[in-house]
Amino acid sequence: MVHSTMNARRYLILAVVTLTGSFGDTFLSVGMKHLGPVSLSHLDSLLTALRNPWVLGGIALLIGFFASYLTALSWADLTFVLPATSLGYVVVALLSKFWLHEQISLLRWLGILLITAGVGFVTRGPSFTEHAKADPAPEPVSAGVSRAGQP
Amino acid sequence: MITAEGFGLAGMIASIVFTATAGDVLTASAMRQIGDLDDIRGVKGLFGAIVAVVTNLRFVSGVFCMALSFFSLLFALSHADVSLVAPASASLTFVSNAVAARFFLKENVDRRRWMAAVCVCVGVALLAR
Repeated sequence: MVHSTMNARRYLILAVVTLTGSFGDTFLSVGMKHLGPVSLSHLDSLLTALRNPWVLGGIALLIGFFASYLTALSWADLTFVLPATSLGYVVVALLSKFWLHEQISLLRWLGILLITAGVGFVTRGPSFTEHAKADPAPEPVSAGVSRAGQP
Repeated sequence: MITAEGFGLAGMIASIVFTATAGDVLTASAMRQIGDLDDIRGVKGLFGAIVAVVTNLRFVSGVFCMALSFFSLLFALSHADVSLVAPASASLTFVSNAVAARFFLKENVDRRRWMAAVCVCVGVALLAR
């Protein structure tokens, strides 16, 4: 059970994954809007984007995102990490509203609600599947998962 | 009525989702193979942890698939509307990842995780419109 428990530090890393990912994307978005539209037939103009401080900051944040994402995957399941960090989509939506002043429609608020519900579901469950030989992953009694066919 | 454009669109979205899922599952599998990064960093330092990750074949293949997925997205965006392709592929990837993690990573995808994957899938689709 050594690797199966989440602790405060690991929740902090999940928060870092969520925040660096969403701020990184938003920084890129701000930088690319400064730059104007890029045509697919003139992809070399993307090189000039590398001189924009917002784009550079966004890339630095996304490197931090990938490093913390890989760290999380080293001690938690993919099907735990992906939903648990999907709050990043909500952060992006809130940043677009309050910083970039984009509109959030009723359907988008519904989307935010659903993602939050999904995060709630997954983070209340186990974070890691133990691959012991005969015994499947040990789980807290409160998990409420039926295992048909298991003694 | 299903048109040729419809098939093309579905094919483009399917290839984005397929390569993205392969990338996620391969990197997750690589991290499982390498072990707890916090422990490795404690023993070998940050540089040692970075070397352990980037020299792992599964990790390199995973990143290759992620790059393929990115270029399939770019290709699709030059043929179809962003507001359809981006949310459709991002949200479908949550469900395909749950299926692939169940079969290839042998993760215990219980009812709770299915609910989470479906909620996030629908939520992302609504949010990204």
